[in-house]
Amino acid sequence: MRLIRVTKRTEPLGWGSVLVFCAALGLSLSLACAALAVQGVAPLRALALLWEGGFGSVWSLEDSLRKAIPIYLCALGVSFTFRMQIWNIGAEGQFALGAIGAAWAVLTFPHLSAVALLPLMMLSAGAAGAFWALIPALTKVRLGVNEIISTLMLNYIGILLLNYLVYGPWRDPGGRGFPMTMEYPAAAQIGMLGGTRLHWGLVLCVVLSVLAWLFLNKTRLGYEIRASGESLRTARYAFMPYGFLVFLVMGICGMLAGWAGFVETSAVAHRLQPSILVGYGYTAIVVAWVARLKIGPMALAAFLLAGLRVGVEVLQLELRVPAAFGHILEGLVLLTVLAGQFFHYYRLRLEWPGQRAEGR
Amino acid sequence: MPIELIIPLLAAAVQSGTPILYATLGEMITEKSGVLNLGVEGMMMIGALSAFWISLATGNPWLGFLMGGVCAAMLAAMHGLVCLGFQGNQVVSGLALTIFGVGLANYLGTPLVGTQGIGFSKVSLPVLADIPVLGAILFHQDVLVYLSFALPVLIWAFFRYTRLGLHLRSVGENPVAAATAGLNVIGLRWLGVLLGGFLVGLGGAYLSLAYIHLWTNGLTAGRGWIAVALVIFAFWRPGRAVFGAYLFGGVMAFQLRLQAMGTDIPASILMMLPYALTILVLIASTMTGRGGEAPAALAVNMEPEE
Repeated sequence: MRLIRVTKRTEPLGWGSVLVFCAALGLSLSLACAALAVQGVAPLRALALLWEGGFGSVWSLEDSLRKAIPIYLCALGVSFTFRMQIWNIGAEGQFALGAIGAAWAVLTFPHLSAVALLPLMMLSAGAAGAFWALIPALTKVRLGVNEIISTLMLNYIGILLLNYLVYGPWRDPGGRGFPMTMEYPAAAQIGMLGGTRLHWGLVLCVVLSVLAWLFLNKTRLGYEIRASGESLRTARYAFMPYGFLVFLVMGICGMLAGWAGFVETSAVAHRLQPSILVGYGYTAIVVAWVARLKIGPMALAAFLLAGLRVGVEVLQLELRVPAAFGHILEGLVLLTVLAGQFFHYYRLRLEWPGQRAEGR
Repeated sequence: MPIELIIPLLAAAVQSGTPILYATLGEMITEKSGVLNLGVEGMMMIGALSAFWISLATGNPWLGFLMGGVCAAMLAAMHGLVCLGFQGNQVVSGLALTIFGVGLANYLGTPLVGTQGIGFSKVSLPVLADIPVLGAILFHQDVLVYLSFALPVLIWAFFRYTRLGLHLRSVGENPVAAATAGLNVIGLRWLGVLLGGFLVGLGGAYLSLAYIHLWTNGLTAGRGWIAVALVIFAFWRPGRAVFGAYLFGGVMAFQLRLQAMGTDIPASILMMLPYALTILVLIASTMTGRGGEAPAALAVNMEPEE
């Protein structure tokens, strides 16, 4: 009889992690194919369309990159909080508040020039997002309220707040009754990069990644954030009190997610409307975990999952696959990658019972 | 407010609190065994869809109700596989389960949107329904509500008086000690995950079979997350879960009534009420200083033996 023995892994997995990831992705795709077959869609045709739609042409690559920008910004944000084991799942609400903050600046000062308006929008979006994230930080640190629940409830409330504004006081009178604000003036729109369909939000992502890396790896505060996530004992010796660090990471996350909302409304939607809320904040959590909170892999994962979203939109158009298919795929990817991370910490050895006795 | 308005409102509170009650009790059982499953929202959706679908296909709502629980337990098994089998992070796995479950239910349910289903209708209990006030609130409901009355008592007795209940609690409090005492920690936690998932699924089934007899995507509307919050609010005690569930049922019913009556308050603001209340309720329960009664090993995985 052969036995499988589980032992703790002492050396890092290295390239094996790529293999594990690919296996997880393969398993997710095949399970998702089963879901397609149930609805009578030819799985292979769907997979080909999914690939083509998300990554198959310059046009689709541009689309995927455009979608990756808000996802990545949110993922970068939540990765700060996850590093400290703060289970902030409120990026979606913080994104909504950021979009609201940006819209407020536009609607209040519609005649400013771009040089003044864009920074103002960025400021108000970041502040609004951070404000939304600091509420659960406050209730956690001062009152011990579970942040999973509070951040999630604030998602619902933030989304409803956005709905209230665009159905009510901020509704465009010339919008034929559609729930949306007026179209932003040109000064409030982020410009495009050269002759592409990509906007300056992409550059913002690059700059923020570098800053985030420098902050986490080259500053004392960044070190403390990393250390306090790894063990509470180290946190106790930290220079900064734990509560302060919680406020800091939550504020950073809210600001980044808020900026994602700003970029999305300013560069893509050109107005505030409920359809900007398509769950980027939740996809960001998948991205952050799949990439194990590392900045480079997160950018890659954001692009990959954005591509899947674009591909699913094509499936929706061509094969009438419901949009929820994207969520199935995202959930499966996260579940399988999570199970696969087992191999980062443990190794399996096949072993004969006799062999084990000899070893002792 | 006149009594003629209050009694129907309270009856509606019981009805809309019932799915939350099932889900809260289910999650409570899972958490008692030391496993945190944040997939409640996803499991409720799957429970709601499979119950709706199977009742419609077989014409038997009881079978649908039961299968709602079974299918949700199957979804919970994925959480068990990731966390108990592969040592995955319980918070993240539960979240993934919600994304997956809600997605799957909306995906499979898309062809059913707007379909009229079959289900349970109200049955007045003889004698009991004639009790003034209380009868109209509690005993003019559907069978599944009556079933839910018994559930908290059963669960309370299960944890307090049965050996299995005691074992389940001990793997949630101190799995290492439980293993030393010869208990099968992983096996017991599997039981907690599956049993809890089953009850959560029944809560979802209630929504599509008794609350409304219609399929819409996103039917649960955050009730699963409210259930997760209520477990904390209830300090892991079934009795307090009843109170919490009916409180939320009341707010939801009140909010819907206000909307139907047509007030000046915009619908989006009214719809915020249950979510805002969830945060307030958590603040209130932690401020009383008794929030520390969570199972000690909640969300902590048991490392495989060396």
